[in-house]
Parts: sequence; structure tokens; C-alpha cells
Amino acid sequence: MSDAEKAFGKRGNRDASVVNPRPAGTVDGSRRSGPVGPGREGDPFLIGEGMSGGYGRGPDILHDCTIAVEKGQIAVIVGPNGAGKSTAMKAIFGMLDLRKGSVRLDGRDITALNPQDRVKAGMGFVPQVNNIFPSMSCEENLEMGAFIRKDDIADTMAQVYDLFPILKEKRRQAAGELSGGQRQQLAVGRALMTRPSLLMLDEPTAGVSPIVMDELFDRIIAIARGGLPILMVEQNAKQAMAIADKAYVLVQGANAHTGSGKELMNNDEVRRTFLGG
Amino acid sequence: MSSNRQAATTNPWRAPILFAILAALFVMEGTMRNAMFSGSWNTALGILNMGLISAITALGVNMQWGYAGLFNVGVVGFLALGGVAPVLIATQPVEGAWNAGGPRVLIALAVGLGTLALAVQAWKRLRAGRGLAVLVILIAGFVIYRWLFDPAVSAIEANNPARHGNIGGLGLPILLSWAVGGAFAAAAAWAVGKVALGLRSDYLAIATLGIGEIIVAVLKNEDWLARGVKNVTSIPRPVPYEIELQGNPEFVSFAQRWGFGAAEASGIWVKLCYMSLFLVVLLAIILLAELALKSPWGRMMRAIRDNETAAEAMGKDVTARHLQVFILGSAVIGIAGAMMITQDGLMAPVGYNPLRYTFLIWVMVIVGGSGNNWGAVLGAVLIWFLWIKAEVWGPALIGVLTAPLPEGGLKDHLLDSAAHMRFIAMGLVLLLVLRFAPRGLVPEK
Amino acid sequence: MDILNALVAFLNFVFIPAAAYGAQLALGALGVTLIYGILRFSNFAHGDTMAFGTAVTILVTWALQAAGISLGPLPTALLALPLGIAGTAALVLLTDRAVYRFYRVQKAAPIILVMASVGVMFLMNGLTRLLIGVDEQRFADGARFVINVRDFREMTGLQEGLALKTTQALTVIVAVIVVWALFWFLNRTKSGKAMRAYSDNEDLALLSGIDPEKVVRLTWIIAAGLATIAGVLYGLDKAFKPFNYFQILLPIFAAAIVGGLGNPLGAIAGGFVVAFSEVAITYPWLKVAGYLFPGWEPGGLLQLLGTEYKFAVSFVILIVVLLFKPTGLFRGKSV
Repeated sequence: MSDAEKAFGKRGNRDASVVNPRPAGTVDGSRRSGPVGPGREGDPFLIGEGMSGGYGRGPDILHDCTIAVEKGQIAVIVGPNGAGKSTAMKAIFGMLDLRKGSVRLDGRDITALNPQDRVKAGMGFVPQVNNIFPSMSCEENLEMGAFIRKDDIADTMAQVYDLFPILKEKRRQAAGELSGGQRQQLAVGRALMTRPSLLMLDEPTAGVSPIVMDELFDRIIAIARGGLPILMVEQNAKQAMAIADKAYVLVQGANAHTGSGKELMNNDEVRRTFLGG
Repeated sequence: MSSNRQAATTNPWRAPILFAILAALFVMEGTMRNAMFSGSWNTALGILNMGLISAITALGVNMQWGYAGLFNVGVVGFLALGGVAPVLIATQPVEGAWNAGGPRVLIALAVGLGTLALAVQAWKRLRAGRGLAVLVILIAGFVIYRWLFDPAVSAIEANNPARHGNIGGLGLPILLSWAVGGAFAAAAAWAVGKVALGLRSDYLAIATLGIGEIIVAVLKNEDWLARGVKNVTSIPRPVPYEIELQGNPEFVSFAQRWGFGAAEASGIWVKLCYMSLFLVVLLAIILLAELALKSPWGRMMRAIRDNETAAEAMGKDVTARHLQVFILGSAVIGIAGAMMITQDGLMAPVGYNPLRYTFLIWVMVIVGGSGNNWGAVLGAVLIWFLWIKAEVWGPALIGVLTAPLPEGGLKDHLLDSAAHMRFIAMGLVLLLVLRFAPRGLVPEK
Repeated sequence: MDILNALVAFLNFVFIPAAAYGAQLALGALGVTLIYGILRFSNFAHGDTMAFGTAVTILVTWALQAAGISLGPLPTALLALPLGIAGTAALVLLTDRAVYRFYRVQKAAPIILVMASVGVMFLMNGLTRLLIGVDEQRFADGARFVINVRDFREMTGLQEGLALKTTQALTVIVAVIVVWALFWFLNRTKSGKAMRAYSDNEDLALLSGIDPEKVVRLTWIIAAGLATIAGVLYGLDKAFKPFNYFQILLPIFAAAIVGGLGNPLGAIAGGFVVAFSEVAITYPWLKVAGYLFPGWEPGGLLQLLGTEYKFAVSFVILIVVLLFKPTGLFRGKSV
């Protein structure tokens, strides 16, 4: 807590005529990226290896956690509430201060990059909440997704529209007026606009109805079939494992079980603890 | 917590030392005659007295801001409204004014307020067609109000317009008007707070900004009330007049014993009397404020301020508490307003400038330390001292800075506008405090 | 004929002045609303930014006039305006670098920025006083009227005259161009969309590769431009007096809030709502009524409120709108 905050506390923050109630951003945009190093022989496409760390000066949340995704595969991170699933995802995306470990993507060590530069390096990230620009139209949301691109984005947009036809239908509508499932589709579409080499989804099905969830999973599989590796955090462990090539079960910030989706589904302990029998 | 530079340096001697430095400044002002100070006790005490009034105003703002986090930018309005009280309570009745239209004005005002109350009730009670009903009530009420009000006001203003033309006072003791000033401001605060704090999110800042402008506009233009821009003079004093003292042989010999001339001594004596009165009020308010803060009520206020959501979840009516503290703070500002008019002996509405009476007070509160009553007092007297002295120091500084410049237009222009340096100085003081000591000179515990 | 006379009187005394004033308020409110949307606080220094920009423009205008340069029938100030904007933008960017950025990097609560803006207000107020003093300055030159009362009477044969001042026509035309340009910028260009994106969702904007500092700088430059234009138009239309620019803060804030803080479209609507109500409520309707109802002789001027109370109108409009639509006419960010 800074001095200024100590002095002012929450004073005056309720007065909408002087203070915009929209919360401030949480990502530290001022952090500069460090150098990119070489990757290691025989690495998977993406690997966050031996990651330990937490938020700011807080206690460690991850303890020697390793997550990897192979080319063309779907990897999911599952685990109980508070296991550090989203934190592991954020660590890979550079939103966490890593004390130990490294993140390597496509033959480069990107541990020192800030999130913005990881997007440029090929990561597409879909946050769990607040993942669209609500007052902008769908089309503008997709355009903003492609902000860093200097070339023609029409083809990519057409591909996104093919994947999510509903977005094409609503492309002039403000994103804030979409339903929950449509918002998630838009959020995924927005991330695809940079033509990433890896797509990271943080609980894409949180808060949507079961029918919409199935549809979303279908789309995600379709994206993966197109050759884009996907790393995904999921609450619905059963369904996630069913589509996963590789699954990571985290418990208290550490790897508990790792294997293919099928293996883990057949693992008694995993079944008993996480899949409810 | 290592980033917390200031907390480490807060020690119990901090406030006493700062107050001692402040006192030394005033002693220097009173005794040293040079480029920096006037060497006149009259000037020093004059600054101090106005500083004390500013301190009371700052205390009122600090209650609202420090206790509840309410951002009041209409201080000037509440101060001005408090200043109406000495005019209405303590000046002598104006002959013929009451008969000319006093009762009719009162009835008109009652009708006006009644219309608003009725409209509110109609809005709450009725279901179908309530918009229309409220509109009809408001229009009818307005027509009746103007029908009652306008002739009465014309009659009052036509009554001896060169000397009076106002409704006049009640001829009651001036000290009573201080309390009444507080009551006036409290009533206005209730009305503003009721509306602005009741909305889905607060819009208090803009509402107070508006009401501040409106109150000052009313004072400037409603001649029947306090003669508008024609000013009300000869407001009675709670202390002796200089002329009386100078004519009193006992006082003259008393002054000579101390080595002062009669004229100078009488001025000093009067200012000392005012200072004592102001100090009594100031200390009483601080005492009450501190007691209140340590009471269960104060603990609840702080709980609400620090975590509104939690307090609301525990069943505390946050809006009602906020309204309460807003009214109390405004009442204190109103008292200060009445005291200021009493000291000046003059009601001159053109003087109510928001920069001076709203935002300068805010500088005082922030510099002193949000949430700390002693801080508010220290900040107020210090900032007021600087504000006054900047008028002298600014030109002196510019004089030194421009000495090497050739004589001519630019130099003259800079020297001419040097008096405006005080605004830049105040801006810098506020920004520097916000940046390097945001908790103020005397941080809240 | 009488109806026409009434209409002309209405146009002359209510519609034209209110339209010009509304355009000035709208431009001012746009600046406030942009800062509120992007930087998340109400900028109390906005009135003084307007005054500073106008003061710089006036100084340049005087220099141009001294050099014998003019725009013919148009005020020379138009020529000086770009320099005024540049000067103001430079000052505003300087304050951002020296004052606001520190708190932004800290992610401090926006109320601290409000306080800081009070400090900046004092600074700018003092600077403006140093530059030009506190006295009233008139700097409008060129043709005074587009249509004057006598020509209008001769042209139409109506009893009632109509005057359209050059400055009024200019205000509306400039405001329309500026607002069109602003909306084109916000809705059609990549930088403009980036600004909107940032005001919608800071984090996502950052992750999309939008540089927050660039967005903030752009916002300040636009706000400085809008403030200077609004200030110069107001000064041309009325007169330049620093204190009036401080007072205009209330109607400007009222306009921004009435329209829905953070919503540019709302700021424009709010500006006109406030201006039209202010003028309509403080205008003595006796003349118009006299044409419409020839037989009727009301006792008074049919003026609802004296012009001294025009601030009360912005206040009442504000309260009424907030009571019924807590987020303003157009949904603002303050939901």
C-alpha cells in the first residue's frame, strides 16, 4: 500500500461525479521486457518448467510447477478450487513474478518478456472475465485484437466469422449486449486475431449454460484440429479431460498428476478426488 | 511496507514542533520589520484571527472528508450562508421593513418549501399519473410563490433603499448568530445531502459545487435579504470598538505601561478579544469532534469509511451516516462563516470566491493531514499565513529575480503580476504535499 | 404575422444564443468526459485549461494584429488558435508528466488525481493571471454580424429584428466540424478505437498491444485542444475573463454528467440540454407572449428566474436527470 493510498484510503471513491467507478487495470504495463534467450533441445512447443512464484511480494502460490503443450495438441489444467490453475496460466503468460523456473515457447526462452511482448511472440490469451470491450462493436473488438498487426486483417476476420458465425451476424452490435456464450466466443475470436501460435484459455466455459458449454468445447476442438495448440484451464474436469491430449492436475500449486486425458480419467485417485466418483 | 517513508517518521513530537514553528512565524511577523515581515502585532494578529476562522472551516471539511470521505466543493456556499446569520439576527431591525412585506415573504417561502414537500409526497404516494400531478403541483406552487413573493420583496426593497432596503435584523446578541449560522448551513446541507447522497452512486461533489454557486448568487442578488452587492455594514460586535478604547483613559494608560500608542494598542486589544473568542470556539469544536470520534459513533464512522461494503453488510445505514456527518461538518463551516462576518463587521457577497473559500480550504486540509483535526488546524493557519505573505514575498522574489533584466515592458509586466504568484505557490504546495507527504504534516493515527 | 414575429423573437433571444452557448458547453464537456473515461477522474483544472488556452490564443492574436495579419471578416483569433492549442497541449502534457503519471504508475485511487487536479488548477490559474492578468479582454475582430437587426427587418418586413453575430455562427460551425472530426477519429481510426478500448477495459487493451501511455498522451492533447477551442469560442462570443472560465466549470460538469459521464455523445447532448434550459428559463418571455396572445397583459416579465440564477438551472437539470436516470441521458461509465 502506497503512502497516498494510506492517506486517502477509500475516501471519496463513492462519488461518481468526480471518480470513475470503473476499476483500474491490474496488469502492470510499465514493466519492461528482458532479453529473449535460446530454447532447449527437445522442448515441447510450450513449456513452463519448474515455476515457483506468487503475486508481488506475497507468498508463493506455485511450487515447482511444470506445464507443457505439444504442437497440435490440447492441454488442460484441472484441479480443485484455489489450486493455482489460473495462476499457473498467468505465470506462463508473464503476469506473475517467477522466482524460479522458466517459460519457453517455440525454441525461445521468453521468461523475461512482459505480457504485451508475449502476445507479440505468439501467445493468444483469453482472460476468464473482462475479456471483451463492452461498449465497442464485435467487429471493433476483433480489430482491437489485431492491434499489433500491420498487415491486412480481413482474412483472419473472415476465418473467425467462419468459426463463430454468430459474431458475423452481430458484428455491428455492442459487445456488452451479447449473451454470456457469445461473449466467450468473441473473446476467443479476439485472441485469434493476432494469428497466435498458441491459444491460452482461462476457464472459457465459466458461467455459461451446459448447452453453450458443449458448443464452446466443439469450437475449441475445431480450433485445435486446425493445428493451433491450446492450453486451457477448466472447472469442468470431466469434459475437459475428455478432449485433452494432455491433462495436468494441480493441487496447492504443484503438479499432482500428469498424463493424457484418458489415463487420468482411468486413474482411481483422480476419479475419486476430482471427478466425483 | 518498506515503501512507507512517512509512517516511520511519524513521532509524537511532530505536531508540537510544527505548532511551535508556526508560533515562531507569527512572533517574527509581530516583532521583526524587514523585507519578509511587517513587524506589526496588528498585522500578525489579523492574520492569526482569519487563520483561526479558516481552521474552523477546515475542521468542518475535515469532518466530512476525514471521517466519512465526502468531497465537498461547495464550502464557499455554506460559509456564505453562515454569514447571513449575523445580518438577520444581530443587526438592528429596519424600520418599516417588516410591515412592508415581512410576513408575506415568510408565507411565500413557506409556500415554496411546502410545494416541494407536497411534490415529493405526491411522487411517493401516487401511482398512476404521478408525473402529471407533480408537475401541476410544482407549477401551481411556483405561481403562488411568485405572486406572494415578488410584491413583498419590491416593497421591502423600496423601504429606504439608500440606507436599508433589506428586511433587517432582530437586534439579538451577535454571539447567538454564530449558532444560527451553523443551523442555516446545516439546513442547506440536509437538503443537498438528502438529494445527492440518495442517488444510486453519490453525486455530492457536483451537487455541492452547484449549491455553493447558488447560495452566493442568492446573496448577491436578493437585496431584501442582506442588501445584495450593496453590502450590509455596521454589524454589531461582541468586543469593544477601537474608538471607545482610545477614549478610555484607563486603557490608554494601561497601553502606555506596555509601551504602545493608544491607536495601536486598541487594535491589538480588539484582535486579542476576537482571538480568545475564536480559540474558545475552535477548542470546543475540536474537543467535541475528538470525543465524537472516540465514541461508538465515531468508531462506526471510521468503520464505514474504511470498508463501506462490510459496514453495509453488517446492517449499517451508510447513506444516513454520511448525511449525518455531512450536516455536522457543514454546520461547523456555517459557524465559521458567521464568525467571519462578525469579525469583518461587513457582509460583502462579492468577496465569496470559490478559489479562496473552497479550494484553499481544501489545500489546508490536505496539507494538514486528512482525517486529523489538529492537522487541519495547523494546515489552515499555516496555509493562511503563506497565502497572505505570498502577496508580499511574491513581488519581493520577482523583484530579485528580475533585477538583471533591462527596464521595460516585460519587467514591468512581471512585477505587476507578481501578486498572482500566490496561486502558483498554493498549487505547488498542494502538489508537493500530495507527492511527497500525502498523509499531510500531521498524519492521521 | 404575429406568429412569425414571435418565432423571430424566440430565435433571436433564445435559440441562437442557446445554440452558441450549448456548442461551447458541449466542447468543454467533451474534454471533461474524455478525461473521466480514460483517466478515471473529473479534472477540476479543465476550466483553467480553457482559460490558459484562450489567454495564449489572445496573445498570439494580438501579435498577429500588430503584424497587420487578419482573416478579413473572420476573427484573427481563428488563425491564432492552432498555436494556442499547441501551447496548451504542451502545458497539459507537462503536468501529466510531472503530476499525474506518478499516480498512474502507482495505480493510485483516482480521488488522488482529483486532488492533484485542484493543485494544477491553482497553478494554471496563476499562470493565466501572470500571462494576461485578471481583467476582461475583448479580442473579437472582423465583421460583427452575419445578419444584423436592421437588414433583417428590411429584408422581411417584420417588426421583430433578428441578429446573428459572426461569433455565434462561427461557434456553431466550428463546433460541428470539431465534433465531426472527433467522432470520426474515435470511431474510424485505429488510435481513436484504441482510446475507446482503453476506456472500456484497461487490461485487455494492454494485452492487445495498446500502449497506455500513448493513449493517455493522446487524450490530454485532445482535451487540451477541445478546451482551447471551447475557451476561445466562449471568449469571442462573450468576453475573456479568467474568473468566468472558472465559473463555467459547473455547467460543463453538469453537461457531462447529465449526458452520462464518459460518453462523448452524452456530453454533446448534455451541453445543449443545459444551455437551452438555462437560456429558456432565464429569458423574459413577455415579448414572445405579446405576439402570440395580443390581448394578454401579464403583470411581470414572464421570466421564471433572473439571469443571475442561471447556475441554479444547470444544478436543477442535473438533479432532475440524476433522479430519473442515475447514469445520465446516455449511459455513462458510472454504472
